[in-house]
Amino acid sequence: MAKITFETADGKEQTLEIANGLSVMEGAVKGMVTGIDADCGGACSCATCMVYVSPEWSERLPPQSSDEKAMLEFSPHVAETSRLSCQIKVVDELDGLRVKVPASQH
Amino acid sequence: MAAVESLVVIGAGHAAGQLVACLAQDGFAGAITLVGDEPHPPYQRPPLSKKFLAGEMDADRLYLKPAAFYDKYGAKLLLGRRVTRIDRQARTAVLEDGSQLEYSALVIATGSRPRRLALPGAELDGVFYLRGIDDVMTIRGRFAAGKSLVVVGGGYIGLELAAVAVRQGLRVSVLEQAPRLMARGVGAIVSRFYERLHREEGVVLHTGAAVLGFEGRNAVEHVVCGNDRVVADIVVIGAGAVPNVELAQEAGLTVENGIVVNERCLTGDPAIYAIGDCTNQFHPLFDRRLRFESVHNALEQARMVAAAICGRALPAIQVPWFWSDQYDVKLQMAGLPDKHTESVVRGNPDHGRCFSVFYLADGALIAVEAVNRAADFMMSKVLIAERAHVDRAKLADERVAVKDSRLV
Ligand SMILES: Cc1cc2nc3c(=O)[nH]c(=O)nc-3n(C[C@H](O)[C@H](O)[C@H](O)COP(=O)(O)OP(=O)(O)OC[C@H]3O[C@@H](n4cnc5c(N)ncnc54)[C@H](O)[C@@H]3O)c2cc1C
Ligand code: FES
Repeated sequence: MAKITFETADGKEQTLEIANGLSVMEGAVKGMVTGIDADCGGACSCATCMVYVSPEWSERLPPQSSDEKAMLEFSPHVAETSRLSCQIKVVDELDGLRVKVPASQH
Repeated sequence: MAAVESLVVIGAGHAAGQLVACLAQDGFAGAITLVGDEPHPPYQRPPLSKKFLAGEMDADRLYLKPAAFYDKYGAKLLLGRRVTRIDRQARTAVLEDGSQLEYSALVIATGSRPRRLALPGAELDGVFYLRGIDDVMTIRGRFAAGKSLVVVGGGYIGLELAAVAVRQGLRVSVLEQAPRLMARGVGAIVSRFYERLHREEGVVLHTGAAVLGFEGRNAVEHVVCGNDRVVADIVVIGAGAVPNVELAQEAGLTVENGIVVNERCLTGDPAIYAIGDCTNQFHPLFDRRLRFESVHNALEQARMVAAAICGRALPAIQVPWFWSDQYDVKLQMAGLPDKHTESVVRGNPDHGRCFSVFYLADGALIAVEAVNRAADFMMSKVLIAERAHVDRAKLADERVAVKDSRLV
């Protein structure tokens, strides 16, 4: 279980407890975080679950797969710190993770 | 437009679930009732023939939202219940038991159902269709290494199922009537690749196969195919889907390969919308009416109706897209290739598992099929939306990024 904080584009913050084994995206969708569309349901096929991870957390996350990298590279609003939240599995070590959600995924 | 006081949604599938999520986000204040004939709250189907079938994902993770979400937003779920009639004069949806739900706006989100094959023996035990969670539970319950599975129909659902089964040690045959696999969904180059892929993985494939029926004493034992009998412990029929349009038809709404709706998903009745697999809508990118069976379409139309009901501007139309996962191969498609005048291949479809096919009409990119090439897919989506003209030589050159093939 990890407490993860989502900062949405309107400046609001939402902290959710997400069970291990779920993805950060699944936790966000169930917790009704605005701005994470997750159209493909976690199949790494849509890039509408993109979040920005703070630099200090970036290094602590598992590295991107080549698929994730390719999907991200050409998604709108992408930045250095972007990750696909469906590709980040929740483990205890992610407790305290903070991510920013873009205003739009399209 | 007057605010909608009571919204009734027929069907509690992917489109319906997304609609409620959007309305909740928009702060919709009216009452919402979802009537669904499956016993489950809205869930996503794609994993049914992929990770869920493989046992790599539990049912909980299929649900679009937890049950508490619907309570919280005051959306009532009537599950395991069926709407049998729409009374447009009285503005009610009539349920099986005769009870009536009054609506000020109605959304038909009834989806589609597997096309049934009227063949001798199709009712035998061991012959299945795959559409819902319950189908998968039954089929998965019969899976055991060494058993023979015959998949009737080489569309993407049947092939995804074949991929999972063969990896679990079943003996798998796929019988496809058409001369090639996934013929309705992809071009010939991609079909040929999938034939090679499945053969490499140990699936026995027959194209141009005429399935005549099923035989067995208590349960299915053989599939009769031309002059042959193929041994079968389990048969799954994946022969396409038909839209659930009967309710709309009987209510006098226009149905032409799906319920005909306008740009905001409204039917000919100003109080009735329709979304998802059951609809037929004009698509501005392709300049004709189309019916899709895809998650993207279900989501996009749910967003249109939420916008229409809440009086917001309609979201911009996106390029339609689709994906299929088989083994370690991700196929991503965008656009529609059927009107293409030429095609360009990048990478080698005859070797390995990584290539793309681009479809052009009069020099403009109109569709892509990307096999393990997510970047090509993502860049093509942008170019297709722009109807960009592209340089064929650059498109074919793996050293040049797809986006750099745009002609200015
Ligand atoms: C095995 C499988 C794999 C798939 N894989 C992919 C994929 O990889 N990518 C992709 O984009 N798409 C995929 N799809 C397609 C996608 O799931 C559908 O396009 C999507 O579910 C359509 O949503 P919908 O809400 O229109 O229909 P559905 O999700 O089917 O929901 C309709 C619901 O309405 C109910 N209903 C019908 N009539 C009534 C009535 N009279 N009263 C009450 N309830 C009623 C139905 O039982 C159903 O529960 C797949 C589909 C299947 C079956
Ligand atoms: S949910 Fe589609 S890529 Fe993450």
